[in-house]
Order: sequence, then C-alpha cells, then structure tokens
Amino acid sequence: MQELGMAEQGSIRVSRKDGNVVVIEKDLATEEMVLSMGPQHPSTHGVLKLECMTDGEVVTSAEPYLGYLHRCFEKHCEVVDYPGIVPYTDRMDYLAGMNNEWAYCIAVEKLLDIEIPRRVEFIRVMVSELNRIASHLVAIGTYGIDLGAFTPFLFCFRDREHILNLLEWASGARMLYNYIWIGGVAFDIPADFNKRVKEFVDYFRPKVVELYKLLTENEIFVKRTKGIGIMPADVAINYAWSGPMLRGSGVKWDLRRNDPYSVYPELDFNVPVPDGKFSDIGDCLSRHLVRALEMEESLNIIEQCISKMPASDGFNPRSAVPKRVRPKAGEVYARAENPRGELGFYIQSDGKSTKPLRCKARSSCFVNLSAMKDLSKGQLIPDLVAIIGSIDIVLGEVDR
Amino acid sequence: MSVSAISQIRLPFLMGNNLNAWSDALAGLTLSWFPLGLVIIAAIPLVFIALYALTYGVYGERKISAFMQDRLGPMEVGKWGILQTLADILKLLQKEDIVPTSADKFLFVVGPGILFVGSFLAFAVLPFSPAFIGASLNVGLFYAIGIVALEVVGILAAGWGSNNKWSLYGAVRSVAQIVSYEIPAAIALLCGAMMAGTLDMQQINVLQSGPYGFAHFYLFQSPIAWLPFLIYFIASLAETNRAPFDIPEAESELVAGYFTEYSGMKFAVIFLAEYGSMFMVSAIISIVFLGGWNSPLPNLGSVALYDWTSGPVWGAFWIISKGFFFIFVQMWLRWTLPRLRVDQLMYLCWKVLTPFAFISFVLTAIWEIYVP
Repeated sequence: MQELGMAEQGSIRVSRKDGNVVVIEKDLATEEMVLSMGPQHPSTHGVLKLECMTDGEVVTSAEPYLGYLHRCFEKHCEVVDYPGIVPYTDRMDYLAGMNNEWAYCIAVEKLLDIEIPRRVEFIRVMVSELNRIASHLVAIGTYGIDLGAFTPFLFCFRDREHILNLLEWASGARMLYNYIWIGGVAFDIPADFNKRVKEFVDYFRPKVVELYKLLTENEIFVKRTKGIGIMPADVAINYAWSGPMLRGSGVKWDLRRNDPYSVYPELDFNVPVPDGKFSDIGDCLSRHLVRALEMEESLNIIEQCISKMPASDGFNPRSAVPKRVRPKAGEVYARAENPRGELGFYIQSDGKSTKPLRCKARSSCFVNLSAMKDLSKGQLIPDLVAIIGSIDIVLGEVDR
Repeated sequence: MSVSAISQIRLPFLMGNNLNAWSDALAGLTLSWFPLGLVIIAAIPLVFIALYALTYGVYGERKISAFMQDRLGPMEVGKWGILQTLADILKLLQKEDIVPTSADKFLFVVGPGILFVGSFLAFAVLPFSPAFIGASLNVGLFYAIGIVALEVVGILAAGWGSNNKWSLYGAVRSVAQIVSYEIPAAIALLCGAMMAGTLDMQQINVLQSGPYGFAHFYLFQSPIAWLPFLIYFIASLAETNRAPFDIPEAESELVAGYFTEYSGMKFAVIFLAEYGSMFMVSAIISIVFLGGWNSPLPNLGSVALYDWTSGPVWGAFWIISKGFFFIFVQMWLRWTLPRLRVDQLMYLCWKVLTPFAFISFVLTAIWEIYVP
C-alpha cells in the first residue's frame, strides 16, 4: 500500500494510488494565512516588516522586508566631506552613536595614517563603553517588553538616563553626539567627569545584579527563551554573524580582542560566552545572557580607563584633527566592535577630492537579521517575537 | 450542615437578625407600577464598577505600577494627577466612534456589550454586605462560574467582527484560554463549596462567621484549602486575561489582541469589563476562601474586635478591601512577570492546575467526611 502522492482538493484530502484518486480523509480545509507583522508593530523594534505565512500559531516562513528607514547614507557620503559624515553615522545605530562614529573615524584615520593622542584614545574607549552599556540596556529592556515584562524596561531606562546625562555633559547631545572626530574628539571631557563616571559605575553594579534577578533568572523568562531560536556556531559563522549574536552561539569572537584597535590591548576584560549550563548554546537566552554579562565587562573597562587615562595638562583634544581631510588615493576597510556586532566601513578615496569616492557601511544588524528566515521556520508567533528581540536590531542601521 | 440549621445561627449584628435586609427592603420599593428598588439594586454594582474602575482600577494601577517602576505616574492633571482618569474619560467620549469599513458591523458593536454584560452579570450574586446581595440565588456560586463564560462570546464577537488578523488571533487564544481555565477554577471553587455544603454565596459567608475572625475562614479551616485557593487565584488571572496570562491581548505579539480595532467608548467599555472581571474574581476568591464580608479580626477576651468590626457597613468595607487586596496582587504580578507562551499556558492548565485541582477536590472531600 504505497501512496504515490498526496494532493489537496478543496476540503477533501486525497491520495493518488496507481493512477486512481482515493479519498482518504474528509476534513475541514485549512490554508496558510499571510500575516504582515510590521512595519507598525510593537515588537519589530522599528519599521521592520515580517511577512509571515502562518498555520494557526505556527509560522511556516517569515520574510523580512527592509527599507522603510532607508536614508541613503552611502549616497550622502559621496557628496559630504569626510568630517561631515560623522554626524550621519550617529544616525545609523542611534542607540550607539559613539561606537558608530568611532568605527568611521578609525577607517578615515587608517586612510590618513595619523597618530591619535593617548588621552583621546582613552576618552573614546570610555564614552564608547558607556554607550555600549546604554545600548545593551535598551536591548535588554525592550527584550523584556517583547516577552511581556514591562518593569525591567523602565529600570533599564532609568539607568540609561544616567549614561545619557554623562554623555550629554561631555558632548552636548543625548543620542546623536558628533563627539568623536577624525583625529580626536570634539571637546575634552569636563572636569570631574571621571569622578561622576566612577559614581555611576558604583551605582550601576548593584543594578546589574537586580536586573539579573528580576529578568534573567525569572522562571517564565527562562521558559520563554531557553532553547528557542537555536543558531549553531557554524551556521552563525556562515551567516557572518558578529557581536553578542555570534558569542551567544559559543564563538569567542570579539574584535576588541581578535582584531584589537585603540588601547584595548592594554585593558583587561573578558569576552563572555555562554557555557551551556544556564542556557542552551545559541538560543535566545544565550544572546540575552551575553549582553547582560557584557555590561559588567564594560564597567570594568571604564574603571580601568579612569585609572589609566593620562592627565589633561596642556591637552588639546583637536591637536591631531586635520584641517582639511584629503586622503591619498586608496581604499580602506576598518571595523570596530559595536554593541550589536561588527560595524565596518569601507572607504575609497580618489586622492583629489575631500569627499569619499565610495563609503560602504557593513552593518551588523543587517547581517544578523539576514538569518531571520532560517531562525523563524516552524516557530510559534510568540517565539518569533522572542527571536526578533534577541537579534536586537536597530532599523536605522539595518536600512541606513 | 443543612441549610435550615444555617438559618438558625444567630447573627446579632445584622439588622433585624436578617440576611439581605437592605436588598430585601429595596426589592419591595416600587413607584406605583415601576420596580424602582430593583433598578437601584442593579445600579449599585454598576456604579460601584464605574467608580472603582475610575479610581482604583485606572488611576490606582497607574500609580502603583509607577511606584513599582521608579517613576511618578500621572502628575499633571490635578494634584498628583488625580483628575487624569477624568481627562481620559473625556477624551474617550469625544473620540469619533470608528467602525472599520470591512468589519462585521453588528458583531463589532455588540461585542464589547456582551463582554461587559458577562462580567457585570456575575455581580448579581456577589454579597456586598451581610445586608445586601443583588440576587440571593441558592446556586449563586454555580451561577457566577457559569455566567463568566458569556465573556467568551463577547470576545469572539469582537475579535471576529473586527476583521483583523491580530484580533482574530487574540480572540481564538482568549476563548481557548478562558474555556480551559474554567475547569481548574470551577473545581477549586467546588472545594470551597464542599466545605460549606452550599452554593449560596451569602450562606458561604455566614458559615465563615465566628468570634475568632480569620480562624473561621475556609482557607484556615482545612490543611488542604491553600491548594484550591492558589489554583483558583492562578486560574482567575487567566480567566480575566491578566498578566502573566495576558496572552489574548499580548501587546508585543498581537498588537492589542481582540480589541486592536476598538477606540473611543467601545474601548472604554472593554476596559470597564476587564476591571469588572478583576473585581469579580477577587471578590469570589475572598468570599469562598477568606470569609467575604466577615471581619478577619478575632475577639480577644474583652477586646471584642470581631464584634466591633462586624455589621452591614463593616461587611461592605471588608469584602471590598479583600477584593482590592487581590486586585493589588494582580497588579503586582502584572508589573513583575513576563508573559507565558500559548502552549505553556495550556500546559499549565491541563497538566498542572487541573490534576492538582482534582487532587485538592478529593483531599477536601476526605477531610470533610472524616474530620468533623
């Protein structure tokens, strides 16, 4: 009795056997439903649209549609001179403006081959790590909201506010800083800045533990995230994942360690990867865990920066800032470890213009999001939300 | 204990030694042919729901959640924002009454109404005081369990009528959830009914009266009672769609679930129904397990705390306080816990709560039979 094929005809399921159609089941017809999740949906973290084919609560496939926030970053770069691009990079991953600026400045500085004052490097590390904590706080908080826990979100934002105040004090802006310039920083950090940062670090350490107890160790939270959206390490590498996403899959890959830039080689910090005891390696919980642990590492880095930072006597933050940026003809690719992964800038210069011939941003969110179709297959809708949240996308960087 | 024996219990604090003195008096009040008293009886719970939803339900929840989350909550309208709810109501009243073009207009309009009626009808059998109950049914508890199922019809009407995929998901989830959780909830309440030997809400309360206050409450009357108490509390969270079981309206998954398309006063009615159900389940759990309108304070020798804090008005105070306490616990849980997944919710219902409800049922039966 070998069935040669199945076909669905209306409400009657039939099988073809030896060329004859045999009715095997009379049933209510079910069909897949297209469910457009987004672009206006609370948990797509911006204007992402996922077109899901759903069979009841099960998502059979989810296709991400991008571009709702496309602002022609790369095209703009071709008509703006090098220093003028820095504010545009802020607006890519608007939750981690400092890190974006820094990645771009590293690329241009590599092209120009200029020496950066040591104090500038420490300032850059410090503000970027502060921004990394702020960014992770948003990621963790909104992940809580995705899973229905509202309070951790507000706790996260309360603590993030302190960081934004600090960064505003240093740069004059809360999110879009334009603080890290090519060859330096816009201003020296204010007097007593380090003291306030130290106060924040002391304030924040217990809050990390509190957040851990409230959210990460919550039984329901663990149930919702453990074993969901598992991404094996090899597939993650093939998808070119980076940052906490890749580390969540158990790959110890951090550009601050593996392709060190700035003063990171002098700083002592761990690269947290899940050990598979609390979470299954590569699941949503691992990715969340990596972010939670990274905040503590960032606090360590900030503390070391405070103690190692050279004094500000006679320090000019703009001493190495070139008056006119006109690099030699050539091309460069530089990358930095952003809160969301590897942010790379490929810049091509024709040697004559003060504007780049081509500026391409390798966005971490965009690359991480590309695995969505694979991850979402056969998941339930609530799990789909958990997976999107764990990818931690910022649409500003996905679409650019 | 038979019902006739119950009525012989002396309750000196009641007016005229009579249960339901107020509601009986009101029921007899007529204006020529018009049964004015019956209308007032029906209006009292309605006014109560509206007032409590405005003050404690909306404003209280916003303030409580704010304090749990290190913020201030509404502060602009009036002193400490106390007029915020009024402002919200005014805004909702002014809103255009939108019915989506492709919606099933009849179902869309009727849905919130059924939803509210479902939660409001249960108030008929809630004894608000020893002297007041809307309808003194001898199957009051059974009626309360049953009538809640009417909400399901409203939710399904609202979800289907909206012609929105998210609403449909929300409605389907909600119906599955409420229908499933009625089973452990009903069995857990049956444990209380078994201890009382009656389904009459007023009599269940009377049986928990006594000079030792809280010691007479069913929660403390048997060593097993905490189990159905806990089961009913969890199940009631699911029945009223409260966190961590707010899956039908899961805002981060289903936008707003079955009321995605609703705005203006229809939205307000849905919310009123939700607050009504919140109080209703809280009142039922306090009636069945925590003595309802009985004072929890015991008589200590000559300090007759129980006698002093008993009476029709005190009774109303106690039952509303107990109800509000459980609503506070509901809010507390809502602002602490993440949301379960649909299948985890069903797992909890069918594989955890229902078996334990049966176990507690059997144990309570054994306790009632063999322990005098």
